[in-house]
Amino acid sequence: MASATNTTASADWPMWEVFVQLELGEPHQHAGNVHAPDARMALLNARDVYSRRGLVKSMWVVPSETITASTPGENGEFFEPGNDKLFRHPQFYKSPKGVGNLE
Amino acid sequence: MDDAAKLKEFDDRIARGEIFEPKDWMPERLRKQLIRMMSQHAHSEVVGMLPEGNWITRAPSLRRKMILLAKVQDEGGHGLYIYSGVESLGVRREDLIDELHAGKAKYSSIFNYPSLLWSDMGAIGWLVDGAAIVNQTTLAKCSFGPYARAMIRICKEENFHKKQGYEILSTMMAGTPAQRAMAQDSINRWWWPSLMMFGPTDKDSPNSIDLMRWGIKRKSNDDLRQRFIDMTVPQAHAIGLTIPDPALKFNKETGHWEIGPINWEEFFNVINGNGPCNKERIAARKHAHDEGKWVREAAVAYAQKHSSLERRAA
Ligand SMILES: [Fe+2]
Ligand SMILES: [Fe+2]
Repeated sequence: MASATNTTASADWPMWEVFVQLELGEPHQHAGNVHAPDARMALLNARDVYSRRGLVKSMWVVPSETITASTPGENGEFFEPGNDKLFRHPQFYKSPKGVGNLE
Repeated sequence: MDDAAKLKEFDDRIARGEIFEPKDWMPERLRKQLIRMMSQHAHSEVVGMLPEGNWITRAPSLRRKMILLAKVQDEGGHGLYIYSGVESLGVRREDLIDELHAGKAKYSSIFNYPSLLWSDMGAIGWLVDGAAIVNQTTLAKCSFGPYARAMIRICKEENFHKKQGYEILSTMMAGTPAQRAMAQDSINRWWWPSLMMFGPTDKDSPNSIDLMRWGIKRKSNDDLRQRFIDMTVPQAHAIGLTIPDPALKFNKETGHWEIGPINWEEFFNVINGNGPCNKERIAARKHAHDEGKWVREAAVAYAQKHSSLERRAA
């Protein structure tokens, strides 16, 4: 994680996004972010800020600059391929009467 | 799309009750107001640690001391949640803190009053956190995602703050005459400043119009204040505390408690830097920041040491 290590004042400490898992088996969820000079201390800071009540089962920190996000203004075209394929949903299909629910 | 069309689309989104995120288009005026409002809120959490920090070493029992420490630590955490939210708007936390230390930023006027007695810890928890909860519960439903999410997180933590304060006062009110007098003294000093926490009356609150239009403020200052009064007066009476307002009366028709006039001159005086503790609070923040310099330097040295060890091992 040397690339995210910074050597100057705390103002320039990189930002880390914090993800927490609240129940075993559940996905990790975004909780917020922290500033820290390296990953190890980011995790310690994240623990102090985002799990003061011990409800967290697992925690990730990720350098904020490494996250690539979709662009809100282009959501329409970007997510379009998923919107017009009703046949991906089970409700699209009809079964003959009497066979009941195929699911 | 030109700006007028974008504004129209944004207004429509807000009208539909949609939540917007930092990268979404928003009116420049709103972005500025959000930065101002959220940074003032974050500063309030951080400066808010000081009146209570004053009593940590003098708490009357280990139980009270652990509770107070945990509460003050939560307030520091609340500051961080909200700073984290403001940074999503493209400002740096460090710059906001510099503004606070330079006396250029505002924070809640309540924290410029001194905490003179142990019973003030009760009054602060019950009244100040109680007022903050009323405010923050509506902000948790606001239209700006990062602010709403920070508020949801904060609201979950605030209830113990209020309850521990009320417990301090109810314990004292069941104690000796001197303890009861002390609790009453605290209410006499903290009641009116707590009501002022909701901000000026609606007609004197210039920023409210934009913030209401775009779904950041969902209730007016006066409405929130009234909700707090209606909730708090019976709690005071239940443990034998007197609200220091001779004009206070219950209106059977409206179902609301009506209060006497608020001294807004005092409010504006305190918010503009002339309260009893304004200078002391900023000096204490600067002192804490300067004294923490070696810790920040040590953290950087530690990170450097580990990264060079890892490079050698690779
Ligand atoms: Fe708080
Ligand atoms: Fe609080």
